Formats: sequence, structure tokens, C-alpha cells
Amino acid sequence: MAKSTAVTAYDKVKLARQNGRPTGVEYIDHMFQDFIELHGDRRYADDKAIVGGIAYLAGRPVTVIAIEKGRNSKERMAHNFGAPHPEGYRKALRLMKQAEKFKRPVICFVDTSGAYCGIGAEERGEGQAIAENIVEMMSLKTPTISILIGEGGSGGALALAVADRVWMLENAVYSVISPEGCASILWKDASKADEAAESLKLTAADALSMGIIEQMIPENELGKDVFYEKLGAMLSRELRQLEELNESDLLSRRFARFRSLGVPGREER
Amino acid sequence: MPFIEFLFKPKNELEKGGRQSAQIATADENEPSKPCPNCRKMVPLSQLWANHNTCECGYHFRMNVRQRINFICDQDSFQEWDRDMVSKDILDFPGYKTKLENTRNACSENEAVICGRAKIGGQDCCLFIMEPYFMMGSMGTVVGEKITRTFERATELGLPVVGYTVSGGARMQEGILSLMQMAKTSGAVKKHSDAGLFYLTVLTDPTTGGVTASFAMEGDIILSEPGALIGFAGPRVIEQTVRKKLPSGFQRAEFVLEHGFIDAIVPRSTQKETIAKLLKIHCGGEDNG
Repeated sequence: MAKSTAVTAYDKVKLARQNGRPTGVEYIDHMFQDFIELHGDRRYADDKAIVGGIAYLAGRPVTVIAIEKGRNSKERMAHNFGAPHPEGYRKALRLMKQAEKFKRPVICFVDTSGAYCGIGAEERGEGQAIAENIVEMMSLKTPTISILIGEGGSGGALALAVADRVWMLENAVYSVISPEGCASILWKDASKADEAAESLKLTAADALSMGIIEQMIPENELGKDVFYEKLGAMLSRELRQLEELNESDLLSRRFARFRSLGVPGREER
Repeated sequence: MPFIEFLFKPKNELEKGGRQSAQIATADENEPSKPCPNCRKMVPLSQLWANHNTCECGYHFRMNVRQRINFICDQDSFQEWDRDMVSKDILDFPGYKTKLENTRNACSENEAVICGRAKIGGQDCCLFIMEPYFMMGSMGTVVGEKITRTFERATELGLPVVGYTVSGGARMQEGILSLMQMAKTSGAVKKHSDAGLFYLTVLTDPTTGGVTASFAMEGDIILSEPGALIGFAGPRVIEQTVRKKLPSGFQRAEFVLEHGFIDAIVPRSTQKETIAKLLKIHCGGEDNG
């Protein structure tokens, strides 16, 4: 099979998962000042797969939340490879409600293969935690921006991405199921993951064309100071615009944004 | 779960097509019957229909959406909405177009959810009922849109919503747009809720994935049928992830009740009256007997 220079969808999946790609905490470290991490969901535990707290973004107080995969094997174990348990989503929600109270905008960095599939996660209501986040984010009375920086794995990603603006890095992916999972369910063959990745239309360019995201962030300077500077400036600019809206406009536009997605007849080819 | 029950547990329910054909009950001794996966007895179909598709042992067989409507709605009270809304192969996904056509033919429904308004025990309500025999109730854009519209109409009409869920989750063949239906429906649920209106969900076997992680878990009151599988991740995925055997009864309604995520388990024998009571207490004013 001739490999063209064009990067395939599955290549993007691999890039999105690649070790060495900046993880959530690196964005926090580089773009925000005086970050103070806040722990725990006040109900069960502190889930390290999600890191959150308060900080300044170019002088503006913000709440920042990131799904963290970890940068080396030790960190990856500690952060559960960025697969949050219900308590992680509940911590994120607690911090978002706190941001609403103190009128701080919320910035989320999303990078997860999905919410954790485990016994404890089910016992403590993974589905309920995600559902609650979706509902509460839809009605959070403060501006919200979510950026998918690597993997956007299904409901586990959406639980932090019901925002006024959703952006994606050029090589990030956003999908309803992993290409491997899709291939093994539909075709009983996980090795057809590349075909599945193509069919799922999970790249940032696909998401942009379908209106799932507003911005695709170029990656040519990924990880460099100038990359974070530019992204930080974009965030500040966008927040200024969102802050001009009154509360009811902000919320009705946020709902309208999601209401318009997948209305039959609209995306017809 | 007893070993024998485990053996008969369906392995993969996500992609089961077709529907049970409605057989006419006869008094014939050789009348058709089917085995109960729980007690292993042969249950005559006439007895099955008389008991709303349940076995004497308490096992609840799956119900298709029309059986469900007949079972739960007052006679001739159901008015269907958006019946003609059909899914399109929006992503050009391999095999999806054929699958949709085959499923429509096999199950004689256009999509995996049926919506409308009805009366239940004399109480007006809006209703959505998911169809297990249509791609295992998977949620694509049409399912999301129909449910969203149901909540929007209910909000306009000032009516409660009763929702029966059964789903393998979001529909892969519509990709990320399926995922977005979780946000869309949840937004509509929230608006309905903010209007002070009542939303009741009844979770049936199985309710999983993106449906669990959105409108199934957003009811003011959440009921379930006995033995229903309720979870976010499917049991096989979890087993593969944690590499150990799952505890017995894991993710069944009784387990989910014990862990505090549903309000009550209500068998079909008392389901209609329970729903009617709940509707009445929220919308019907005082109890006049």
C-alpha cells in the first residue's frame, strides 16, 4: 500500500497518543501564573487523573482543569493514564461550581482515552457523574472554554467539553469510540483500526467542518514557549468576548451551539 | 449470579437485529413456548403475553416498543411524533446504509426511539420509548433529535416526560455527532427541569454507554426493571480492562440500587400503576381517591 505524504486519520490517533506530547499539567505550568492545585471531590476521594485549581491567565483569575495522562511511566501510573473515575468528574464539577460563584471563567484541557472502565468506577456511578457534568456545564453561569489537546475519548472527554468554545489541536482526535474498539465490535477485528479511524471522522479538521469545534490550533510550534504564548493570547481574547455577553445570552448561545449538532437534514452530503 | 444464569446470559447484545414475532395465544397443548434464561423452564407464549412478557420466576423478557406502548399507555391514547424521521448515512460509514435498511425492514420501526404523548392511568404525559430491536437502541442523531424535541414539546405543553431507556450506547456509525447527542438531549432535559416539570426514567435491560451517561441518569426519579443491566462501560470491556472476574450481579438493577443510583426497582406487574401514581403526585394536585 502506497503511503502518501498525507497523514491518515489513524496516524493522527497515534500522534494524539504519542509519549512526549505535552500533557495537561504542562499547559497549566506554561500558560498560567500562580497555579494553586485544589484536590478532592468532597465525597469520596481525590482522583489524580484530573488536575484542577485556580490561577491567573494574563492577570485574569481563572479556574483551570486538566485531564492528566502523566509524562513518564511513574506519572502515568499515578494519574491512571488519564482515565478519570467518577470522583475526578465530581472534583471538576466542584471546581466549576466554585468558579461560577466567584465569577471566574473555566478553562478545561481534555486528553483522555476515555473514562475509566472498572469495577469501582461503575460502583460509584461513572455514567451518573458524566451525565451530571454535562447538565451542569450546559448551565454554568460563567464563560467556559475546553481545548482537546490529545485524545478526546467519548463521554469521558465530553464530560469536560460542554463549553462555550471547544478548540482542538491540529493532531488531537475526538471520537465516540476508539478506532480499535469500533473495529473489534463492528468487524470483529481490532487490526482494522486504521479503517475505523478513517470512517469515524475523528480528526480536528473533520470536527471543524461538522461544527463540533470552533478552532483548530496549529501544532508546528507545539511545546515551545511561543506556542503557549499564542494559545494564552487566544484564550484571553476569547474570554474578553465571552465576558461581554450577559448571563442569559451566554447560556442560550451555549445551548444553541449543541442544539444545532446533528439535526437531521443539515449534514446531508 | 448463579453459574447457570451466567451461562445463559446474552454475550453481546449490542448488534442483535430482528424482533420477536407476536404470536397469537392458543389453548393448544403444543403451543409455542420459549425457554426462560433464568429458571430454564419452557414458558408458553400465551402465558408470557398475559404476564407482560415476564416469566413466573420474575425474569423480564425484552419488550419491543409497540408492546411497551400497549402495556403502559391508556388504550388508544398514544399519539406518535416524528415517526418519519429517519437516519442518514451522514459520515459515509462502511455498511451503515445497508444496516439501516435491513434493520428498518426487520423491525418495522424507523428508528431506535419512538416519541409522542399519551395518557398513563389518566395522566397526560410526553413519552419516549427506546427500541431494543433497532440496533440495540443505539443513539445517533435521529434518536438525539427526537428525544430533544420531546422535551422541548413537553416544556411548551407543560407536561411531564416519561422515558423508557434501553441502549448499547452512542451509535458508532454516526461518529462524533452521536456523542454530541448526549449534550443536546441533556440541555433539553435541563430546560424542561428548569420549567419545574417532572421527568421520570425507567431503565430497562440493557441501559449502557452514552445513554446512561446522559438522559437516563437525569430523571427526577429513576426506576428500573428487575435484573436490568445498567452501567457506563459494558461488562466485557470492564473484564478485559481489569483482567478479573466481575462480582456476581455486577451492574444489575439490584446492584445499582444498592449503590444508590436508582430510586426503585419496579416489576411490570406494578409498573403502570406506579408510574400513574408518580405522575399524579407531581401533576395531578390533591389526591381525590
